[in-house]
Amino acid sequence: MSDNIIAHAEQVTKIYPGTVALNKVDFNIYEGKVNVLIGENGAGKSTLMKILAGVEQATSGRILLKGQEIAPRNPREAEQLGIGIIYQELNLFPNMNVSENIFVSHEKTLGGVVIDHRAQEKKAEELLRRLEQPISPKTLVADLRIGQQQIVEIAKALALEVQILIMDEPTSALSNAEVEVLFRVIRELKAQGVSIVYISHKLEELMQIGDYITILRDGNLIAESPLEDVDLKWIVDNMVGRDASKTYEPAPHDIGDVILSVKNLTLPAPHGKDNILDDVSLDLRAGEIVGLYGLMGAGRTELFECLMGLHPYHATEIMLDGKKMQSHVVSDRIDQGIMLVPEDRQREGLVQTLSIHDNMILASLQHYLARLLSLNAKKEQDAVRQYVHDLSIKLSNTRNLISSLSGGNQQKVVVGKALLTNPRVLLMDEPTRGIDVGAKEEIFNIMVQLAQQGLGILFVSTELKEVLAISDRIIVMSKGRVIREFSREEATEQALVEASAVGHGVAAAH
Amino acid sequence: MIKAKNDMSHLDGQTTQNSGLAVIGKILVSMRAFIALFLLLGYFAIVNDSFLTQSNLVILTKQVAINAILGIGMTFVILTGGIDLSVGSIVGLAGMVAGALINEGLILEIFGIVIYFNVWIVIAITLIVGMFIGLVNGVIITRFNVAPFIATLGILYVARGLALLSANGATFPNLVGSVELGNTGFPELGAGSLLGLPYSVWIMVVLTILAVFIARKTPFGRQVYAIGGNERAAQLSGVRVKRVTLLTYVISGFCSAMVGLIIASQLVAAHPATGETFELNAIAAVVLGGTSLAGGRGTVFGTIIGAFVIGVLRNGMVLEGLSSFLQIIITGVVIILAVVIDQLQVRLQQRQ
Repeated sequence: MSDNIIAHAEQVTKIYPGTVALNKVDFNIYEGKVNVLIGENGAGKSTLMKILAGVEQATSGRILLKGQEIAPRNPREAEQLGIGIIYQELNLFPNMNVSENIFVSHEKTLGGVVIDHRAQEKKAEELLRRLEQPISPKTLVADLRIGQQQIVEIAKALALEVQILIMDEPTSALSNAEVEVLFRVIRELKAQGVSIVYISHKLEELMQIGDYITILRDGNLIAESPLEDVDLKWIVDNMVGRDASKTYEPAPHDIGDVILSVKNLTLPAPHGKDNILDDVSLDLRAGEIVGLYGLMGAGRTELFECLMGLHPYHATEIMLDGKKMQSHVVSDRIDQGIMLVPEDRQREGLVQTLSIHDNMILASLQHYLARLLSLNAKKEQDAVRQYVHDLSIKLSNTRNLISSLSGGNQQKVVVGKALLTNPRVLLMDEPTRGIDVGAKEEIFNIMVQLAQQGLGILFVSTELKEVLAISDRIIVMSKGRVIREFSREEATEQALVEASAVGHGVAAAH
Repeated sequence: MIKAKNDMSHLDGQTTQNSGLAVIGKILVSMRAFIALFLLLGYFAIVNDSFLTQSNLVILTKQVAINAILGIGMTFVILTGGIDLSVGSIVGLAGMVAGALINEGLILEIFGIVIYFNVWIVIAITLIVGMFIGLVNGVIITRFNVAPFIATLGILYVARGLALLSANGATFPNLVGSVELGNTGFPELGAGSLLGLPYSVWIMVVLTILAVFIARKTPFGRQVYAIGGNERAAQLSGVRVKRVTLLTYVISGFCSAMVGLIIASQLVAAHPATGETFELNAIAAVVLGGTSLAGGRGTVFGTIIGAFVIGVLRNGMVLEGLSSFLQIIITGVVIILAVVIDQLQVRLQQRQ
């Protein structure tokens, strides 16, 4: 290979309690090229990037930069080595203006004491002009659109004059025109010799901009190749595993009558013009597993939250089991028979300070009431034991803290908590995110068994393989709208990817 | 019922391994308030002969009861991740309410009459006033999204102002009532005793039992812990976060009013400045008892121990004739030490 390797990760392993996030991964960054890193959620992309950027430290393995071993202990050290990162989540201070954000912790000063606002603003204006954004450097970041904020984030990285720039899904919040500008800037940076690491889920996009591609799956390096030598099919195959779709064959389950019916649900954005959810209608039958597929910002999580009564949406009608759902109180919805297994286990699913037992019964406390408003300890224990057994949760004692469990078992506790409310419909948001392969299959089995018992299951996943493997029916969403429905038979990876890109411009041309 | 087939990954087994030393260390750290209490008791018992006398212990527990009762309410608030700075002012206001009702009665100007209530009704009204102030705290915090620190700081001023306003800064003296008006007996609350223990101590015992029951045995208690641990997860689990949070301030208001009654009764007078800085003592008791100011972790019983630690420390230092200025310094050091150890425990748990 003729291109120079500027940085090289060698046998990098990262172990979190309960999961191996990276397993002896090698990764090359070619100088002055766009190095695409791709893989499904939980494949280890972000972990690898965090190690490069000094946010996390590898458990074992080493990183070489121009032949020198480096081990940045924090982002500042990484920056000094010339490695910058643009995170997927925005890391801006909304209470400060654009130029202050761009130069935060790298302030231009007069004599090392006073901030030279004029110099900062001048430089900021220059950077923004390069990004073709007519944003005044004095604008408060809070007053910018999300897409513009992303541009500021990019300007911030450019201001550092790094030699390696990591971009973690930089386009997820950008409009098509903004994406074009970003690509132009990336080409410009390349010409200046900056090496880019580019993470994205949007396949068409990275076919357009990438030079090299590296594919991770479940923490392992799967393949690396120059992009000109490969096609979309090769990428998808490697990403999800060869012929991986539909290898999981769910046990047969009978599909009954419509149990949940949503008609014309619209959720307006708080400030912006586009609706977060736009006229969404769908049906779910008893015993049916329906997968919701879509890219980030498709509105899947928001749909679930609306169904739990969390947002002020408009809908013609939402019926559960023949009854209208009207109350916006979560506990009323749960009583009616709908329950959510949230996307982010740590942030939304579990109370870290509580025991396994207390987490599991949190949503169904009123089921164990005895005299004097008190809880019947035996009833509680029986219920918890039952589900620990049924879900085969591996634990030594239900009174231990929830954090003593592995990711997969924690997820099962969240599922157990939901099942203890006796739901008719279960909403599962990324139910297998961040858990290992064995546990994933267990979660699949649980879903199928629940369907066999007549529960309707609506689940969200960004993992193609997962959606294809387990769904009886697949609904694809994009930008808040339902784009298409696929039956299990007619669904293919290609078709789902294409449908999910509707409205995303760059890909829609195909 | 469902049943999953696959066996779990081998990684699980590793997490519960722990060396014996670490276990003992952990137990010692988690029982630190208890240990501190016994060390203090032992120390003062040895160095001062009058410490273990019955009369001193009664004085000691009477002092502790005040702080402990406030601490009980404060524990619920802090468990949700909040704080209640208004308790001291509610103590003062409650005393004034009771004092006014006994000495001056309820004046209904429109009808030109004055109603004097039976002491039991005076107590009930005072407690309701305390709960109402707590309710106001709760409404400001949960409905208007004001930070608990700010909301209760504001109410601290408002309640103190009301207490001062009620008698133009003066004291309601001699709260004995009169036989003709049928409102005698108020001083009995502070002066009376049962089985050798003052009523205030019994109130502390009963409230402690009740609070432990609520915290451990009722859905409300569990939900308080859940909110403090992860409000979002609690909300998604159907916990009525606002309602539960609001209730904790009502409980705190109730406890404060109870203390206000006890003190007014003990002094047989209601002074509007009563209870100043009591909120800080209550918070100190809660924190010493191992409750995390971040919410979600802690126990009512720990708070009681914490209140005893402070009480024993103060009482012992007084008996030893330590300068009262030095006493304040030592109390401060002990509180900081307790929180440092608290952080240590959190880190130990995370490492596990």
